[in-house]
Amino acid sequence: MSLRADLAIIADHVAGGSRVLDVGCGDGALMAALRDSKQADARGLELDPRNVAAAVGRGLSVIQGDADVDLAGYPDASFDYAILSQTLQTCRAPDAVLGQLLRIGRHAFVSFPNFAHWRVRASLLWGGRMPVTRLLPEHWYDTPNIHHLTVDDFRAHLKERGVAVEGAWFLSGDKKTTSAAANFLAEHAIFLLRGTNQG
Amino acid sequence: MSADDQRFGLQRHVILPGPLPLDGGGRLAPVEIAYETYGTLAPDGGNAVLICHALTMDQHVAGANPRTGKPGWWTQMVGPGRPVDTDRFFVVCANVLGSCMGSSGPATVDPATGAPFGMSFPVITIRDMVRGQAMLLDYLGIGRLKAVIGGSMGGMQALSWPATFPDRVEAVVVIASAARHSAQNIAFHEVGRQAVMADPNWRGGEYYGHSTPAAGLAVARMAAHITYLSEAGLTEKFGRKLQAREAKTFGFDADFQVESYLRYQGIAFVDRFDANSYLYITRAMDYFDLAEEHGGLLANAFRQTKARFALISFDTDWLYPTRESRAIVQALNAAGAPVSFVELSSPYGHDAFLLDSPEMNRVVAGFMGTGL
Repeated sequence: MSLRADLAIIADHVAGGSRVLDVGCGDGALMAALRDSKQADARGLELDPRNVAAAVGRGLSVIQGDADVDLAGYPDASFDYAILSQTLQTCRAPDAVLGQLLRIGRHAFVSFPNFAHWRVRASLLWGGRMPVTRLLPEHWYDTPNIHHLTVDDFRAHLKERGVAVEGAWFLSGDKKTTSAAANFLAEHAIFLLRGTNQG
Repeated sequence: MSADDQRFGLQRHVILPGPLPLDGGGRLAPVEIAYETYGTLAPDGGNAVLICHALTMDQHVAGANPRTGKPGWWTQMVGPGRPVDTDRFFVVCANVLGSCMGSSGPATVDPATGAPFGMSFPVITIRDMVRGQAMLLDYLGIGRLKAVIGGSMGGMQALSWPATFPDRVEAVVVIASAARHSAQNIAFHEVGRQAVMADPNWRGGEYYGHSTPAAGLAVARMAAHITYLSEAGLTEKFGRKLQAREAKTFGFDADFQVESYLRYQGIAFVDRFDANSYLYITRAMDYFDLAEEHGGLLANAFRQTKARFALISFDTDWLYPTRESRAIVQALNAAGAPVSFVELSSPYGHDAFLLDSPEMNRVVAGFMGTGL
């Protein structure tokens, strides 16, 4: 089974034998890949009980819980990597969740759909409707994405917080695109951040 | 294991010499244990699974109860092809100490006096029950458990296992349970105990050979039974429906269906359970506080073990609500133990763990590696 493009990039850049927390791990596809190809000790947090059951069925350790609430219980720097893929924009308090991620992981991967991608812009500019795209397939009323953000929004937020960026990858479709034009050309951004506790 | 080994099979009973040192001081000797086994123990003894039962349950987890003829109490979970697959695992279920289904308890005859122990039976704890189970495993030739699994009070034993014997268990499943009894839990149990002790037939526990405190025990069961169900479940099942009558009688018969149901539950219970055992086991549950046994920090209970854990709670269980499971999960995380947790949705309250739940079965099967 092949991983989604953003997950494949994350999997490629996790050091072997790491302790990994996947926040919003879905059915555990990334965790299973990290366990099988990187011998990672992977743990997951997932909101949907059906996904939890599926992940546990793969022999993974997954806790049903809410990133907005349940990250507080994890000790500082208890993981080498804390991963938040495609989940930041669904959080009630994404800034607080990011803070927890940086506290728990010595490094953090954050990936999100870029709301400033040209197709999103065009849809809003010419159609006058909330964009429905490949990565943002839901309508305004049923989308779980309640805090849309752009690549530049995230960069500005990291700068404001003084968070060190250790890597960044940008995807258009499944292809990588440049950092310079990312805010316009990237459908999807993946950042590797330095945690606040290196302990 | 040889097929004619008398240690294995249904309706087994053993008297172990002991002594079993008890948390409350003193020792129990001999130690009687009634138990059942299912499946075949692997030559290396490595496929053993211990099932721990709840307050009023018994060792007949997957085999018919010889007294009632009813099937085992967890046949949808334990059996051939079930999540705890007896074609793969050697499953042991033992009646807990203090109970009345064949293991040492207040109804057991005290060898020192030749009369039933009654209230001179020592107060036992969840950890004493677990130590008793370990003695049974020694007798059966089982060093290390593939898994220990339990719901409700069985979950307390399952939690106590890796804390007491960190190297003897590889995986732990805790369903609809808690790491300690809350004030509300203790309060409900105290109502039950007082109902038993207020019954004139109780006679300080020395009723064996006389009329039993059936009325008190029935009331205790009625109060407890309410805590096993959800309000929504009771409303859906009974509402305010009247029992076999058109109108209220303006008296104190069981006018409402829910009254009739509870009375039946109470009466049915006294036929199968000893009142003193009810006192002893509820006491063991009230005394249970796994954190207290480990310096006040629950995470400390799990620091020595390499076991992996799965916890399941039910959203309508108000006896051992989800937050109790979450507290355990947090402690396990703090101790670095591999843990899975899921809250399942069910209208049936605490009792949901005993009912057929495809979601619960899927999670346990996945965790046990018997899924798909």
